Amino acid sequence: MAVLVIEPRTGYVQVGWRELWAARELLYFLAWRDLKTRYAQTAIGAGWALMQPLLSTLIFTLVFSYLAKVPSDGLPYPLFAFAAILPWSLFARSLERSTLSVVTEGGLIKKVYFPRLIIPIAATFINLVDFTVGLLILMGMMTWYQVLPQWTVLFLPLFVLVALLTALSVSLWLSALNVKYRDVASVVPLVTQLWMFASPVLYPASLVPESLRWYYGLNPMAGVIEGFRWALLGKSAPDWTMVAVSLGVVGFLLIGGVMFFRRVERTFADLI
Amino acid sequence: MSNIAVSVTGLSKRYRLGTTHAQDGSLAGALTRGLRRLIGGPSASPQPQDTLWALRDVSFEIKKGEVFGVIGTNGSGKSTLLKILSRVTEPTQGRALIHGRFCGLLEVGTGFHPELTGRDNVFMSGAILGMKRQEIARKFDEIVAFAEVEQFIDTPVKHYSSGMYVRLGFSVLAHMDPDILIVDEVLAVGDVRFQKKCMGKMEDVGQHGRTVILVSHDMPAITRMCSRAILLNKGEIVQAGPAHEVVNHYLHAGHIQPVVEWPDPTQAPGNNVARLRALRVRSEAGQISDVIDIRKPMRVEIEYDILKPGQMVVAQFGFNTEEDVIAFIVNDRDPAWYRRPRPVGRYVSTAWIPGNFLSEGTMVVGGGIFSEDPWHEHCDVPRAVGFRVVDPGTRDTARGDVTGRWEGVVRPLLRWTTEHSSL
Repeated sequence: MAVLVIEPRTGYVQVGWRELWAARELLYFLAWRDLKTRYAQTAIGAGWALMQPLLSTLIFTLVFSYLAKVPSDGLPYPLFAFAAILPWSLFARSLERSTLSVVTEGGLIKKVYFPRLIIPIAATFINLVDFTVGLLILMGMMTWYQVLPQWTVLFLPLFVLVALLTALSVSLWLSALNVKYRDVASVVPLVTQLWMFASPVLYPASLVPESLRWYYGLNPMAGVIEGFRWALLGKSAPDWTMVAVSLGVVGFLLIGGVMFFRRVERTFADLI
Repeated sequence: MSNIAVSVTGLSKRYRLGTTHAQDGSLAGALTRGLRRLIGGPSASPQPQDTLWALRDVSFEIKKGEVFGVIGTNGSGKSTLLKILSRVTEPTQGRALIHGRFCGLLEVGTGFHPELTGRDNVFMSGAILGMKRQEIARKFDEIVAFAEVEQFIDTPVKHYSSGMYVRLGFSVLAHMDPDILIVDEVLAVGDVRFQKKCMGKMEDVGQHGRTVILVSHDMPAITRMCSRAILLNKGEIVQAGPAHEVVNHYLHAGHIQPVVEWPDPTQAPGNNVARLRALRVRSEAGQISDVIDIRKPMRVEIEYDILKPGQMVVAQFGFNTEEDVIAFIVNDRDPAWYRRPRPVGRYVSTAWIPGNFLSEGTMVVGGGIFSEDPWHEHCDVPRAVGFRVVDPGTRDTARGDVTGRWEGVVRPLLRWTTEHSSL
């Protein structure tokens, strides 16, 4: 019979893959609950999920394309913008929601044990639903502008995954910090806003000088968004050095984030 | 294989009281401290006065199949112990070994979302407790039937009554089939009939070789259900042993005494007419006792001095429950002395209380001396002595075969008659 040992943990804390894997159904249930309850008692329900990226695209097109004449790699600007706003929203919503998730689920954390890592993971991956709906709209736009996807579309899932992992890698740190320092919750919207301007959402990465491209890649979302546009719209292949640097940064943040989260999660119930 | 289900050794939990360090919880404070540590300055370690030991060096063992009670006042460390055993929080020192599938839940209905239907919540709550979806699906009908919410299973639980909510929550928990189950005050909620059902389910669990840790304020429940118990006070075990002994100890620690005496007349309550000297609780046989068998008659006596001749006085007792509800008030109606002037001297008046009359639980008694016409108080000491009424579980009481909580300040065993005729 299994023996459970409860004692103070010191030093390096195991990730607990087996436990995490055993709780995969909980991941599904948490996401499912979120979906079922998020739009309860709203009139247009999931329509809200689309409102923001669509409005942003409209405004960006007006400001950056008509007024500022920002180039768009030879693509119609609305398509160019929306193809970036979509993965960006996926990332930003995931980051925000996941950062707040641990405190939001404080009621559960204080009452019952389950692998805590499930919480930010669920809060990240749940955003795939809104993203999928947005993707359908993007398909519609592509049909309208008669831009058809190439073989490169096979890379799309990869970049979506990297967007999610980027959000997770950062929010693992932030969600854990937010338990003790609620300042984090106020900082995140600020961070995402600045981060957007540091990513090729409104402008093509080709505007960034070649010599700085490597540093630009330190922002994982730069690689993701460029890659996303390339995979779907087929224009201007991303700078692969930049993508490689991005992947490296995500991996580094992710491993560190998991370790940090596991280290501090034992204090969650006492601090929330 | 050993027959131990839970073994706890030297378990301790320290909390830091952050209030004294305002900078502790802010990012700025943490950054300053981090910087100080980085440049090798003195790091502020927690001072003893900033810490609270919610649990200190607690050790015990629970055998397989045992129903084990944990009692103590609020803040005694019960919840902390529970939190550690259910892995919600981590101990500061010590260790606990748990053998078998374990289910710890600090609150019935955890994981319920008000917007979700009863059906959805059963799955949600089950998943949080670690059940597989198939397992929940298999037991679903049983869970719903036990909770008696079949009609409302597709209604959002925000429309549930609190009773329905708790019933469904407990039902999920009870159907997890754990080897070890922790239940915290679950029986304090829900109606009496369902409490009885829960008790039945838990006793059922106990008899199947499963282990139950019951944390409760409901002392009769602890005495009835648990074989052994521990009493916690300020984070430490003050007593461990057979449940009824530990419960007794706990009740004594609550300053319930069967006797109060005023040996010094100058300190005694009273006036120039009457002076109180003692109040005592005695068993039927006359022994001073603070534990009374619910079936047996008992007596309460008041000893007093009459200092002025020719006074017509009556003694009075007020019986209150632990929650300070007045159960009843009785005046001395001994025909030998009622409406008769009394000579100076010492008197002992005794009120006889029949068996099968009081309810289980604590009774607190106050006494006083009065004149009736006109009404005048000479002395009155409320809540002076107390005693405990226990149901021995022999099934010849008003309780009969019923287990679980039972409301009411009195519990008379009445004469019942039945008329029967054929249809």
